[in-house]
Amino acid sequence: MQDSGIQVLFQGTNFLRLLEGLLVSLRISIIAMGLSVVLGIPFGVIMTSKNMIIRFISRIYLETVRIMPQLVLLFLVYFGAAKHVGVNFSGGMAAVIVFTFWGTAEMGDLVRSALISIPVHQYESGFALGMTKIQVHWYLIIPQTVRRLLPSLMNLLTRMIKTTSLVVLIGVVEVVKVGKQIIDASRYTTPTAALWVYGAIFLMYFAICYPFSMASALLEKKLKD
Amino acid sequence: MKKKIMGAILTLTLVAGILTGCGQAKETTTSATAKARTLEDIKKDGTIKIGVFSDKNPFGYVDSNGNIQGYDVYFAKRIGKDLLGSEDKVEFVYVEAANRVEYLKSAKVDVILANFTVTKDRSEQVDFALPYMKVALGVVSPDNALITDVEQLKDKTLIVVKGTTAETYFMENHADIKLLKFDEYQEAYDALLDGRGDAFSTDNTEVLAWALQNKGFSVGIESIGSIDTIAPAVQKRNTELLEWINSEIKALAEEQFFHKNFEETLKPVYGDNIDPENLVVEGGEL
Repeated sequence: MQDSGIQVLFQGTNFLRLLEGLLVSLRISIIAMGLSVVLGIPFGVIMTSKNMIIRFISRIYLETVRIMPQLVLLFLVYFGAAKHVGVNFSGGMAAVIVFTFWGTAEMGDLVRSALISIPVHQYESGFALGMTKIQVHWYLIIPQTVRRLLPSLMNLLTRMIKTTSLVVLIGVVEVVKVGKQIIDASRYTTPTAALWVYGAIFLMYFAICYPFSMASALLEKKLKD
Repeated sequence: MKKKIMGAILTLTLVAGILTGCGQAKETTTSATAKARTLEDIKKDGTIKIGVFSDKNPFGYVDSNGNIQGYDVYFAKRIGKDLLGSEDKVEFVYVEAANRVEYLKSAKVDVILANFTVTKDRSEQVDFALPYMKVALGVVSPDNALITDVEQLKDKTLIVVKGTTAETYFMENHADIKLLKFDEYQEAYDALLDGRGDAFSTDNTEVLAWALQNKGFSVGIESIGSIDTIAPAVQKRNTELLEWINSEIKALAEEQFFHKNFEETLKPVYGDNIDPENLVVEGGEL
């Protein structure tokens, strides 16, 4: 009779290591998301520009990010930068750069679509009151877009958390990799460990993504009034 | 208006094409690599970065206390001790099968010790030192009808997994053996357990470990087919470091270091029945 797989989770420091891995995933995605919001909002405003060339360039940026798999970007920044430019990023740093690069583009597009969904008369009323372009955006448009943005913002954040499982390929040991290490270390003694370990990882992802969805739902309700 | 946009897009693709074209040409001539650290640099720095697997039990894996263990790791620690005076001077970098070459090319590690099988293609990208291990095919069969010689398999059914070296080897060299092929290891093992075939063949390390976990089955043939070697790798043209590793491997033969390594790391997994001579290479000599 072989050991039940669930025991593997509590052997040695296994569970603690899984939690540490989760923290690594969470830290990368939160930092990247924070930067993406900060950079993405101005980028979204820029994307609504009437200037053809500016719109064209930002379109190319967005499409490049969407077409290129994140894995390719990670390899480019981690290995490519070291080989071609001699810049040696750590794995975590490279991950934050790539996720911010990706997040800014996605965030920008979300801001852009939220901005153009604001009726024209909102802008016109602002201008009629003698406000400048920046004032109109700051006092009228952006506050109104935030509420429209929240659901898709949370969607982007949870997508980012889940995509962090790719960073193992540039040497960052996050939760899924720790899981694989645990499964493999007990491969000969507890072949059924995989189900339990992946089950635990599933619950962990759920436990961190669900509060974000809840928080956004709450905020949305609150901002409605 | 539309024409203008089309024109802009066309020019852009052309420019992009020219740029990437140039980029590629440059890459092949200079074969972009970051400068690897020389033996001197490593000694001065006081730590050596060694790339190992963290999920390939028993070669490189993390135990339940979070410590890195295994056959490759055991050797890596010895390198640290002999080159820098302490096992703790080794900085372990966890690599994946798919990025081992990239880690060397970008000089993010000094040595790869991650069960790296020597192949012709890989030799063009990295420099391999002397081998410290070898793998061949093994054949596992039920104890009550144990196959100990390939002649016994004549007109019998041998189970193989598609795309493995076992499949190619038996197709090319033993056409008189009936092959039963599966896509996945699990299916193949199930078929062997059900008696749908007389024996199963794949890498000897794999069948040996399996036989140990499954009573009533033994590996009758431990080594057959072409032998692949496993060796440390360094960045191309990092000659000093390569030569140091080679002399280290030769020197370690005297104390039968890799046999000791085998006893410590592989034997607990593969059991007493296996002959270390089928896996271990001492002094780089096959």
